[in-house]
Parts: sequence; structure tokens; C-alpha cells
Amino acid sequence: MGEHLDKEHYDLVCKALGPKMQFVQGDVAYAYGALLAGCTYFAGYPITPATETAEALARYLPQIGGTCIQMEDEIASLSAIIGASWTGTKAMTATSGPGFSLMMENLGYAVMSETPCVIVDVQRSGPSTGQPTESSQGDIMQARWGTHGDHEIIALAPSNVQECMDLTIDCFNLAERYRNPVILLTDGDVGHMRERLVIPDREDYEVEFRVPPPEDKEAYVPFEGDENKIPRVANFGLGYHTYVTGLTHDVTGLPATDDADKHTQLVTRLVEKITDKREEIVRVEVEKQEGARIGIISYGITARPAMGAVRILRERGVPVNFMRLISIWPFANRQVAEFAAGLDHILVPEMNLGQVVHPVREAVEGQCPVSCLPKIGGVMHNPQEVSEAVEKIPKGTKGATGGKKGGKKGMKKGGGR
Amino acid sequence: MRTEIRIAGFGGQGIVLAGAILGEAAVIADMEAVQTQSYGPESRGGAARSEIVIADAPVDYPRVTVPDVLIVLSSAAMRKYGEDRGEKTRIVVDDDLVQMEVEGAERIPFTMTAEDLGRRIVANIVMLGFITNRFKLVPREAIEKAIMKRIPKGTEELNMNAFQAGWDLADGKKPKKAKKAKDGKKATKGNKDGKAKKDGKAKKDGKGNGGKA
Repeated sequence: MGEHLDKEHYDLVCKALGPKMQFVQGDVAYAYGALLAGCTYFAGYPITPATETAEALARYLPQIGGTCIQMEDEIASLSAIIGASWTGTKAMTATSGPGFSLMMENLGYAVMSETPCVIVDVQRSGPSTGQPTESSQGDIMQARWGTHGDHEIIALAPSNVQECMDLTIDCFNLAERYRNPVILLTDGDVGHMRERLVIPDREDYEVEFRVPPPEDKEAYVPFEGDENKIPRVANFGLGYHTYVTGLTHDVTGLPATDDADKHTQLVTRLVEKITDKREEIVRVEVEKQEGARIGIISYGITARPAMGAVRILRERGVPVNFMRLISIWPFANRQVAEFAAGLDHILVPEMNLGQVVHPVREAVEGQCPVSCLPKIGGVMHNPQEVSEAVEKIPKGTKGATGGKKGGKKGMKKGGGR
Repeated sequence: MRTEIRIAGFGGQGIVLAGAILGEAAVIADMEAVQTQSYGPESRGGAARSEIVIADAPVDYPRVTVPDVLIVLSSAAMRKYGEDRGEKTRIVVDDDLVQMEVEGAERIPFTMTAEDLGRRIVANIVMLGFITNRFKLVPREAIEKAIMKRIPKGTEELNMNAFQAGWDLADGKKPKKAKKAKDGKKATKGNKDGKAKKDGKAKKDGKGNGGKA
């Protein structure tokens, strides 16, 4: 495929996928999104609850002239897509917690080598092999800090099947635009849920491609950031000389491992090419109600029972503000801080023992107490337990230290664990 | 308006497929629907559960809270999921495979009827025919279309017969038996799930062969 996703390719994908309106699983929708974004290479290793994505791509990629390969493990899977990406191909892998753990080394390599690629992590209950068929949101911090060293990562979290497809397309666009690995940080419940999905017309979605190298090969400096701090590095096979390494390198790409300035320059650029564009990347959905003193922030599958709780509370005459994080990393610092303004308390229901609650608390900067409503074991919250937890939050807790403690107590009582 | 349906049985009975068909039928009929599933690591046996929420507005919480309709196709599933119901839950159980007494349940011979049609494996479609007629969850045309989309080629007639047989059961009609009616149970071909008839065995399924981890 060339520098643009031509109509011909889109038509080929649509022909393979069948009817425009379908009732499919989230796992299948990730595959659809990949194909619509122009992905022609998938490497993976089967794992519950992500296998259906590999199955779908094994069915469709050959029909559009792409490649689907089962590797010996997840380490090799990410290696393979990094290699594919360097030929200019859009590439993806899909896995779950145990496989995601194995990918951490290569995730760092993809960050350091600025390789555009997409990793779908269909989170399941851990640690270790944990509960294979049960869902969780336990990899939030691993996605952010699982690979060593200073770096930035982009992660999006879908809450419904349509978003599973739409956000996968977005993941590819972000990977290409920022030359960074992008994680679709989804979960087993969304992955295995079936819902209505509508395949968009080609005019109704954007497809992006990495910035091409300068035509003048003499002027080619592979790892020099442009005005957006993105390097205009050439794909392999175009006739440019490029050296790719995970070692600290200078703008030529050659190792410069004992130079503090060069390391600082490189890693700062890797971080800032993402953080400078935080406002472009961050996506949240906010629903406010008149007179609300309590806010709920949630994401992924947990946003669904949280929205159910908001509905229940509204019926009981308890106004609640609600924020759904669609992007997880980079974190929505400004949006969360603004959401907190005027609230007495923020509750963060999540399917772990407390992960997103931490960046929320950091962003809120003490404007109000923030507590987690944790849930583990593989079963999502039900709306009732979220609404009960909201109702148990002591009134007028804002600001006071004692109030903070009260808030935490409320969380434990309402935790339902 | 939100209708919650839970279908429970053991892995291999087509529980998840039945749920997917019912959900797809709702979407074909322009309703909102979500189908979720839960099962153990075994690919056969073990408890399997499929839940469908059908609504006239987008569905927030995708799981069943209190089922409006509960369908149970095995004793083990009855023990595991049967208690989780409300006063208004309408419950239907397989007459043969749910061996205990279930208060307030309609006992319907889904599996026996499927065997009489020649293939025990279509019990899930018999069940769909029954509940479509009994509870009017989705229009008949929509679910027939959804069934056709999801069954293997060459089995259309068998599945449509199964659906009709289930439909007739809801009308109190005895479905027509296939040729080998009397030997039906033993004559079932190509169906390894046959053994699970004595569901006492199925309850051990939790310790099945390894996991697809």
C-alpha cells in the first residue's frame, strides 16, 4: 500500500468484512479497526481473551493481501511487528496480561527506536496466568511503566464495541503521527461482549501515515526531530542509510551511550513529542448535572456500570457528575482538574485495587478527596454497588483532612469486595 | 424498557451461540442489544452462561441484574446460576437435563425434541424457537435471519425444523418426530456431548482438561 489508504484497499477490506451493520464481539471489532486503518500485518500468540482478534485477522488479512503470522511467543510477536513497521507496513499484535508482560522489553525498544505499532491488550485478571477467562483492568500502570526508563506511552480504552473498532483506527493514526507504540488498553469484558457495530464509509474517518523522509538524501538526519519533535526517519527499502538501535543514540542514529547531553536530548524529545501534544491526544466524555457534589470518573467496561449508577442516582434525585476517560495515557490532567472544581468528592470505580485513582488524585491536587471503588475477581461492578458507594460518601467532606478519611471509609463500605 | 435474559448450561450446548443469535435478532429488528458471556477455561463441559440485554435505548450496564427470563439447560448450571433470580423471573428448564425440582419453572424437553429431530446439538435452536414464541422477545423473521447467518452451511433445514419444533412446544403442540424417533437418544450421530445427558457428570466439569490459557 502506498502513502494513502486508497479507495481500492478500503473496498477490498469492506468486501472481506461483509455487511456494514453487524453484531460482533469487541475482539473482532479491534481486527476490523486495524484493517480499516490500513494494517496489513499481524503477528501474535493465542491467549484468552484476545484470541478472537488473531482469529479474525487470520481470516481477513489473507483476503486483502496481508500477512497474519502466529509466532512462538509474545516476545517474538512484538519483535515481528516492529520489524514489519520498519518496512513501512502498519502492524499490530494482540494479547492479554501474561503476554503483555513478556512484551515489556520490546515495548521499550519500540519507544526508543520510535517504531509506530499498535498493541491490543485485552486485560484479564492477574497477576501471572490468574483467571484466564475473567476480565480485569489490572494493566493500567503496567502499560504506563511496565517497560523501564523514562518514556511516554499512548493508551486508549474503549467502553463499547463500536469504540473497539473506532479507537483501534485512532491507535494506528496516533502511532503513525507520533512514531510511538500505542496501546489499546481494553479488557476481557469489552472484548467478549457483542454489540451493534457499523463500519464507517471511507469519507467518515481519517487515516494517517508517518511523515516521509526529506527527498534530499544528503540532508537526511534520521533521528532529528522536526518542529513537532517527530523524526523524519525513512522506512527500510527506500535507499536511505538508517541505523536503528535501542541504545542511546544521537540524531544520526548511531550509539552514543556515554554522553549525558545526548541521552538527555533524546529521551526528553521522546517524552515531549507526546506530552507537548497532550491536548490533541487526550479524550474524555463529561456529563454534568445541576447541583452535583459528587463526581464519578471511570473508563473501559467499568464506565458502563458507572453510567448505570448515574442513571439510578438521577432517578432518586441525586445529581452526580460523570467523566469517562477514553484515553488513559497520557493522562487527562487538565480535564480531571477542571472536573474536580466545585465537587466534594470523586469516586473512581475500577476493576483493580486502585490504579487510575492515582493519576486522578495527582491531577485533582487536593481540590477534593478522591477514593477508589475497587473490584477484582473477574466480575465487573454492578450499577447498584456504585450508586450505593456514592450514597455512602459522607456529606460536606470537602477540603478537611478528616473528610478525606471519611471518604476512604465510604469507599471501603461500598466496595462490595 | 430493558429486558434481561440469561441462558445457562454447560460448554458445548451452544449457549453462547444462542445468546449471540438472540442479540443479533434484536439488532436486526432495530432494537438495542448487548450479549455477554462467561465460561470457565474448558472448551467442553464446565458451566457456560450467556446474557442478553434488549432495550429500546442504548444499554449502559451490559450484564443481567435480575433476569426477566432465565433458561437453564443443565443441573450444574441450575445449581450455579439458578438461585440468582427475582420474584418476577420467568424460568424455563430443560426437562431432561435439569434433574432437580425447580419451583415455578416450565419444564420443556428441548434436548429430547432435538434428539427426535436427529441431532441433539440443535437443542439450543429448539430453545430459541420456544422462547421467541413464548416471550415475544424479538420478531420471528429477525431471529430466523440471525440463525441463518450463524449456522454452518448445509444445516439450514435441520435448524429451521428445530426452531419450528421449539415454536410448536410453546403452543403446546407435540413436534413431529423424525424417523428414528424411538431410538433417537442412541442414534444421535456425531455428537460428543451426548454423554452429558446424565448431568451428574457435568458437575465435575470444573476440573476438566487443562485450560486454554
